[in-house]
Amino acid sequence: MSAADVERILIQFQDEAGEALGSPFDVPLDITPDKLQLVCNALLQKEEPVPLLFFVRDAEVVQSLGACVRTLELETEQVVPVVYQPQAVFRVRAVARCTSSLQGHTEAVISVAFSPTGKYLASGSGDTTVRFWDLSTETPHHTARGHTHWVLSIAWSPDGKKLASGCKNSQIFLWDPVTGQQLGKTLTGHTKWITWLCWEPLHLNPECRSLVSSSKDGTIRIWDVVLGRCEKILTGHTQSVTCVKWGGDGLLYTSSQDRSVKVWRAKDGALCRTLVGHAHWVNTLALSTDYVLRTGAFEPASATINPQDLSGSLEEIKQKALERYNKVRGSNPETLVSGSDDFTLFLWNPAEEKKPVARMTGHQALINEVLFSPDTRLLASASFDKSIKIWNGITGKYLASLRGHVSSVYQVAWSSDSHLLVSGSSDSTLKVWDVKTGKLVMDLPGHADEVFAVDWSPDGQRVASGGKDKCLRIWRR
Amino acid sequence: MPQNEHIELHRKRHGYRLDHHEKKRKKESREVHERAHKAHKMIGLKAKLYHKQRHAEKIQMKKTIKMHEQRKSKQKDDDKTPEGAVPAYLLDREGQSRAKVLSNMIKQKRKEKAGKWEVPLPKVRAQGETEVLKVVRTGKRQKKAWKRMVTKVCFVGDGFTRKPPKYERFIRPMGLRFKKAHVTHPELKATFCLPILGVKKNPSSPLYTTLGVITKGTVIEVNVSELGLVTQGGKVIWGKYAQVTNNPENDGCINAVLLV
Repeated sequence: MSAADVERILIQFQDEAGEALGSPFDVPLDITPDKLQLVCNALLQKEEPVPLLFFVRDAEVVQSLGACVRTLELETEQVVPVVYQPQAVFRVRAVARCTSSLQGHTEAVISVAFSPTGKYLASGSGDTTVRFWDLSTETPHHTARGHTHWVLSIAWSPDGKKLASGCKNSQIFLWDPVTGQQLGKTLTGHTKWITWLCWEPLHLNPECRSLVSSSKDGTIRIWDVVLGRCEKILTGHTQSVTCVKWGGDGLLYTSSQDRSVKVWRAKDGALCRTLVGHAHWVNTLALSTDYVLRTGAFEPASATINPQDLSGSLEEIKQKALERYNKVRGSNPETLVSGSDDFTLFLWNPAEEKKPVARMTGHQALINEVLFSPDTRLLASASFDKSIKIWNGITGKYLASLRGHVSSVYQVAWSSDSHLLVSGSSDSTLKVWDVKTGKLVMDLPGHADEVFAVDWSPDGQRVASGGKDKCLRIWRR
Repeated sequence: MPQNEHIELHRKRHGYRLDHHEKKRKKESREVHERAHKAHKMIGLKAKLYHKQRHAEKIQMKKTIKMHEQRKSKQKDDDKTPEGAVPAYLLDREGQSRAKVLSNMIKQKRKEKAGKWEVPLPKVRAQGETEVLKVVRTGKRQKKAWKRMVTKVCFVGDGFTRKPPKYERFIRPMGLRFKKAHVTHPELKATFCLPILGVKKNPSSPLYTTLGVITKGTVIEVNVSELGLVTQGGKVIWGKYAQVTNNPENDGCINAVLLV
């Protein structure tokens, strides 16, 4: 055998669900990922070439197919299945500098949120106001007064036209970001403070009429914001409900301090399932389709430098949102992850089974926040043990630990291309991590006290963070 | 100034003048005007001293009037929102200041060295032998007194078989044997009925520990697999210590607090 004879191998391209693409292909053993990408794109017959990553039995093909096969010691006689994963077409760059420190709040900033298109920024604070900030000039835009106690949670409607805010006096207000005025009536009804707010997904109702709120009094209420009244009250939890999420299939998921997670049908408010397994309070929930439900009809790939409002009629918007949702979800039902005070996470398939898919252990202190990446392949969990752990979003397998913070990590936020993660901690710094390598990309000091809330805008340009030092910081490239 | 009570005596004997009260009232009301007149007319050093004194009096009067007014109209002070705003995920948790964390760490290290541990009931009344063990007389003439019967609740293991009755020194009656305890988790504030695995330590005496006597303050080991606790490595925790908080022989049940 001369050196010119190159070994060849038969490969079969498969997508993540296991479906085969085309027929087995004969390629040289030293083929590189770029060439594999060309071949695969040709087979996929798309208009524009999509960046792809290739995996042979969960091991990524980095240098050449041959290296991978040799390490796995696969038989070259058989057809080797190669799984391709389409990556995001766009790439978000890491934020590096603080472009402005916005003062204005007279008490700690408790919650920060970008609107679904990234055009508006809203922040809720302990001085009972919600402030809207103009992103192009980075100055205050409106101050929405009305609450009588700390504004604990804020949520943008998926069309970006309304903001709902809940306070410690159990009231919910709705605001118009353009004028800063209150829309409709104050929604009262809960007896204790509001812990979480969530809107109905855009593809289920493009008018954005329904809102669900969870409270310390153990009940969940579904509100009609146009009529300004409570449509349904869901009781069942015996202690405070810590988080509520409205799934894309019309199911509501709630987690509570009574160690259970309950699944409800949103249409009639019936309890479908109770998921038990945790040994202490369940602090947080994450849905695999969270990011796509949050951004609705806005496609991060089509973002421009100046963020725009969503355009088109209600039908068009609904159609776009539905397409994006189906694409991200694929053929599998939504998966749910719950993080708890007992230092573990559970991965559930709530639509079908009561038993968890996987239990993820490893943290040494309570878990404060869990978030799926926008492409649902990865999961990040932030804990009070100063570390962030990355898990496989489909199987729940542990991938990496991101260490660097010197104190509890409070919140995390993914960039819209799922490559970068920013985390805010009680040691007053933010850190940007690259999840592929598991390394720290950027350390962002600047806050004078604990950082309570972090958010990355869906167009990937800015990160906003707010904390105990009463100022809101915006970070850009 | 009268030096004696002759004025009062006269008033008692003869009463007041008919217009006395009228005159008195009018004189008092004129006093204000006369005072003002004097204050206007006074000159010289006398005036200076008088005005100074009067000014001090007026300030005092104004203060008392203001105080009375405030008392009448109650202000709503609790409109102001309290300080220390925290996000929803920190609300039910008590924050620990950093200094306290460090001093706690040092204290824990010292305790580890000393071998002392924190239990919910650090001191319990020590139970003497006469209280816990009752003498059982045996023998043809009921003279022998080497057998003892336990009068408190005890725990015997699963595979327990009595020694031959002729030779057993300590009798543990079946009526006082318990297998389960009501254990409360201190943070969750929930109580579970869990099977006992064994008696770890009885504070009164090591003899009671070997016998399995359960009194107030005893540390027992309970089976917590029902709770679903897990270690960092993913292994399920199935045994934990709990301390008994009641007198089981009086209540008929064992109540304990889990030591987390």
